[in-house]
Amino acid sequence: MELLIFFVICFYILSSAGYYVYFFNQEEYLYKTGYYLLLTGFVFHTILICWGYIKFGHIPARNLYETLSLAGWSIAGVFLVLRYKFNLKILGVFAAPFAAVVVLTAAIVFPDVPPEAQPLFKSLWLSLHLITIFLGEAALALACGTGIMYLIQENAIKTKKHGMLYKRLPSLDLLDNTGYFCIVAGFSMLTIGLITGLIYAKHVWGRFWSWDPKEIWSMISWLVYAALIHERVVVGWRGRRAAIMAIIGFLFLLFTFFGINFFLEGHHGEFTRV
Amino acid sequence: MSYIILIGLSHKSAPVEIRERLSFSSDEALVAIETLQKENVINEVVLLSTCNRVEILITTENRKEAVDIVKNYIGRVKNIPNGGFEDQLYIHYGDDAVRHIFRVAASLDSMVVGEPQILGQLKEAYQNSTTKKTSGVVLNRLLHRTFFVAKRVRSETGIGDSAVSISYAAVELARKIFGSLEKKVVLLIGAGEMAELAVEHLKRNKVGDILVANRTFERGVDLAEMFKGKAIKMEEIPDTLNHVDIIISSTGAQGFVLTRDQIKSIMRSRRNRPLFFIDIAVPRDIDPEINRLNNSYVYDIDDLKGVINENIEERKKEAVKGERIIDEAVIRFRQWYENLDIVPTIVGLRDKLDNIARSEVEKTVQSLKHLSEEDAQALHRMTDAIVNKVLHYPTQYLKNSNHHGNRSVHIDIARRLFKLDD
Repeated sequence: MELLIFFVICFYILSSAGYYVYFFNQEEYLYKTGYYLLLTGFVFHTILICWGYIKFGHIPARNLYETLSLAGWSIAGVFLVLRYKFNLKILGVFAAPFAAVVVLTAAIVFPDVPPEAQPLFKSLWLSLHLITIFLGEAALALACGTGIMYLIQENAIKTKKHGMLYKRLPSLDLLDNTGYFCIVAGFSMLTIGLITGLIYAKHVWGRFWSWDPKEIWSMISWLVYAALIHERVVVGWRGRRAAIMAIIGFLFLLFTFFGINFFLEGHHGEFTRV
Repeated sequence: MSYIILIGLSHKSAPVEIRERLSFSSDEALVAIETLQKENVINEVVLLSTCNRVEILITTENRKEAVDIVKNYIGRVKNIPNGGFEDQLYIHYGDDAVRHIFRVAASLDSMVVGEPQILGQLKEAYQNSTTKKTSGVVLNRLLHRTFFVAKRVRSETGIGDSAVSISYAAVELARKIFGSLEKKVVLLIGAGEMAELAVEHLKRNKVGDILVANRTFERGVDLAEMFKGKAIKMEEIPDTLNHVDIIISSTGAQGFVLTRDQIKSIMRSRRNRPLFFIDIAVPRDIDPEINRLNNSYVYDIDDLKGVINENIEERKKEAVKGERIIDEAVIRFRQWYENLDIVPTIVGLRDKLDNIARSEVEKTVQSLKHLSEEDAQALHRMTDAIVNKVLHYPTQYLKNSNHHGNRSVHIDIARRLFKLDD
């Protein structure tokens, strides 16, 4: 099974390469190759994670290796869904390497001694919490990606300098819609994830909320996205501002995901233990 | 051996005064190809005439005489005394003629490189020649190759990808902003050729309602009728800003027709849906400051010209790739054409039959083990003699069939009968 993760990495890296070459020379077959490579990698990755689940009886997310692997899997998965729904090929240029780098980092921190199965993890609430949080964060990562593309494309149109990127990036409308879809989907997942997390906390520690830094920062990130969606619904916030907010929101998420564990103490410590 | 010759003139060699005097209407072209083909020295003719060029392709055994006949014919029917247009003519022979017609069809020689109409015009010209039967083996093959090469250049290079007219560039930009233009509402302020063309292109992209505002309401009503839209008064423009998406402005007004404050104040009520302004007027109608507002984009005539210039540069780069494809095709055509000569055909025929005879004799000799070396040699001699006798009359016939362009027809048939072009 250790071998399988290296297959996954190979597929993700080859897929990234396919998408990058496609980006430059725009040959149809290249992005198709990239897409199928990513799909194959994703299938292997799913097998790997299911195998972990069966072996330990819970979703494998006990150390940094496993959480990163799960994060990479979520990004690949959410991208595949998006590609199907919006036919936004170019997002692969962002998603495939992102998944590859995350899983590659996972492989680098691969532990010598595999962790023991943890009885604490055998809870339906925790499984739900993990799955929704990871898929939600992956969707929000891709919202950040489309946000960056939106800003590049909008800048090209506003400044009237149409370079290489202008031709290759899709319309502002498609980028904005995809980004918004990602944010709504990601935010819904995040909300479910936070609620199931709170319920799980009640089971384990006997209280819903314990002012843990991870909890506080999760709530802040959630509020950033809540504000963005509120503005969109009420006054039709779209375009540039929405794109910038999507990027800022994702920075908060990144800090919540990594920063807390490295700089502050909290009860999620073991998840990012090397 | 017949020669391919191309005689012509284009926007590169002749000024418009000469081009318009020499251009052939479609009826004139039909008469011209028939008359020219009746000449003894000219075997095949195709004539292409557009507003930018006249190209006459012929095949002949006698180059000098054929060229003189064509020149005289043009001078006679176009009523230009001798030599009046000769300086503007170009005459290409052989490979150069082939390359030229390939370049013309691929739109590498066009005034606007990559414009797509020329291929259709050439197809029409060729159609004339096939209905009047003035094209034969050589020009049929050449024209089919030409269409193939032109399509290849178009699909394998980006030569026709980017817009090179103001109205197309505007539509292309709109698509980069809105994605699909379906159901987008267009407001045309003022009138003018470029603005109307832009509306036409937008309509072809299935935009929704079209509103027309004009200083003189009657003119607006006429335009609206033309676009199947709705005429409004100039005073009504602010009320429409909430539901239009694309505004094309082309008035003779001195000040701005739409100002930044006007647009800023409506952005909230239109829920920040993007607005695209195409300002074709000089002096400008749309306050350029509007471009700084979120979700609104302003392109004036100079911006659009800038886009076009970039695209033209882009096409020129792509044209280099096209030249490479054409060079390849010229070489391929030459190979076919050289084989159309007597000698390679006779050699090819002999080789083909010799090979068949030899391999069959060898098969037989192998199964008849009792034959001596001498017996085998005798068999070989016999089949050689058969091959010689079989080939005698066809060879004679091909060598003597040189009357009025029939030779290439016969050679072509011989090559196809024996499948020599594999």
